[in-house]
Amino acid sequence: MATLEIHDLHVSVESETGSTEILRGVDLTVKQGETHAIMGPNGSGKSTLAYSLAGHPKYTVTGGTVTLDGEDVLEMSVDERARAGVFLAMQYPVEVPGVSVSNFLRTSATAVRGEAPRLRTWVKEVKEAMERLEMDPAFAERNVNEGFSGGEKKRHEILQLELLRPKVAILDETDSGLDIDALRIVSSGVNRVRESGDVGTLLITHYTRILRYIKPDHVHVFAGGRIVESGGAELADKLEAEGYEQYTKGAAS
Amino acid sequence: MPGADSAGEAVAAAVESSVVTRTSAPPSFDVADFPVPHGREEEWRFTPLSRLRGLHDGTAAADGSIKVDLSAPDGVTVETVGLDDPRVGRAGTPVDRVTAQAFSSVEKATVVSVPRDAVLSEPVRLGLHGEGGVTYGHTVFDIGAFAEAVLVLDHTGDTARAANVEFLVGDGAKLTVVSVQDWDDTAVHVTQHNVLVGRDASVKSIVVTFGGDVVRVHPRVSYAGPGGEAELYGLYFTDEGQHHEHRLLVDHNAPNCRSNVAYKGALQGETARAVWIGDVVIRVQATGTETYELNRNLVLTDGAQVHSVPNLEIETGEIQGAGHASATGRFEDEQLFYLMARGIPADEARRLVVRGFFAELVQQIGVADVEERLLAKLEAELAESIG
Repeated sequence: MATLEIHDLHVSVESETGSTEILRGVDLTVKQGETHAIMGPNGSGKSTLAYSLAGHPKYTVTGGTVTLDGEDVLEMSVDERARAGVFLAMQYPVEVPGVSVSNFLRTSATAVRGEAPRLRTWVKEVKEAMERLEMDPAFAERNVNEGFSGGEKKRHEILQLELLRPKVAILDETDSGLDIDALRIVSSGVNRVRESGDVGTLLITHYTRILRYIKPDHVHVFAGGRIVESGGAELADKLEAEGYEQYTKGAAS
Repeated sequence: MPGADSAGEAVAAAVESSVVTRTSAPPSFDVADFPVPHGREEEWRFTPLSRLRGLHDGTAAADGSIKVDLSAPDGVTVETVGLDDPRVGRAGTPVDRVTAQAFSSVEKATVVSVPRDAVLSEPVRLGLHGEGGVTYGHTVFDIGAFAEAVLVLDHTGDTARAANVEFLVGDGAKLTVVSVQDWDDTAVHVTQHNVLVGRDASVKSIVVTFGGDVVRVHPRVSYAGPGGEAELYGLYFTDEGQHHEHRLLVDHNAPNCRSNVAYKGALQGETARAVWIGDVVIRVQATGTETYELNRNLVLTDGAQVHSVPNLEIETGEIQGAGHASATGRFEDEQLFYLMARGIPADEARRLVVRGFFAELVQQIGVADVEERLLAKLEAELAESIG
């Protein structure tokens, strides 16, 4: 059973003014089939956690360990992590001019699966996945994220999630910028992947809105670069009612 | 990627200056009318004169040879004519000392004619293969009224070459011309392409520069009547040690004409240098003009330098539209991260991004074997940098 284990993770960002520590000892275990929501105020380091797990070069790991089924994730390059089964759905997906969605998806699936998918089954697979996400077939011929609306970008991220079938899916603010219809469509995509039971999900969000569609097994409050409280789904209701104020005050002391 | 923050190492300059002040002497067919450049002149300040093998200072005697390979479908005629032929010099006059040197150094010109109303089934292909030494040339392509033709000019081998090429595009004619500079890395090539666009004619020019030590291509477009259309596209891949310079002028001297310019270049290697000058003039009589020009550069490695200078001079307000854009960017780390985060290895991700960068221009070529060769060339250039 696939397990992502994060232990005492410390991460810094280097800038001209020096090194700033953003993650200050994160401990978290995500098992296959589980859904963990990480909630916290802006600037608490939630997105840094997401990007650090994917291996973004901007972030420097200064301490701690991350393993996927015992394998050292931190030793892997960005593409190796993806091929090992770590998937990050990004808050701000990047435009790649001149590269079509269909070319991108096939190149990516070939890399992750270790062999080129058979053309006939692949075309069908993509077509069906797009239909489920209510995406126009013409979408496949557009350039990756170029001129996409906010909703199209997020559907495209979830399309990749469905096609790449990772072991761990990290969804960074997937709900941001979505209207209610798009949120419903995107959430149902995530739920399909979750229902397969093969994936552990780390849902990073500021708002509780998306938790109405994607029910977490565990909720963690993130503040000051670490998890400050963990609980079940009921913790999200408490946050909805009381906000983050009590945690941000605590983190500042 | 290392050094991602040291953006100062990639230089992009945008300098405004008038088209009129850009040349140090008026256009002329006589080399004696141009002083020997010292390198600080507006039209020479980006060019490494010391690498021109004497083309600029009168010391380059025509001691070389070039193998000419011309293939053309039936109906196309080829003549060798004296310089007093009325078709010679009609599309334009040399504007710098090197192209004037070319004119002063040739005794004959080659004229390739496509008759009126002819629609060519195959491209006209002119292969020029340098076999060392200095060569000069003058070629005129005369496209009759309402004819449709595709020309492919292919430059390979080694030579120091200065040449004038003219395109007389008859009324209502349609011309696509692809000029490929695929020289050996030792070659020097300075050329002026003069295009005269007839009434309601359309021209598509695609300049593709990969090879050479120094390559300087200067397409100049003017209009013989209203309603003409010019699309000028260019791709260059500039490697370590190479200087690629593309200077363009679109002279909107007739009403209701259109022009669209798009040049894209990639640079790799510390000493790679590219220059793009895009001049557009809209004369007072050129009402109804519509023009746009764009230059994009992708700097793949530290140290490479690009000078990109768009320039628009407008003498009438009665136009449809005019604009320009220039941007020079590093290979974007965020694109690389995004693709790698989907499992795609770094070298393949880089290839995807660079191919994507050029894709829209490659698609413009419309000559299948040239497109394929270009993609293969691109692949080879990338393999060199990626290993």
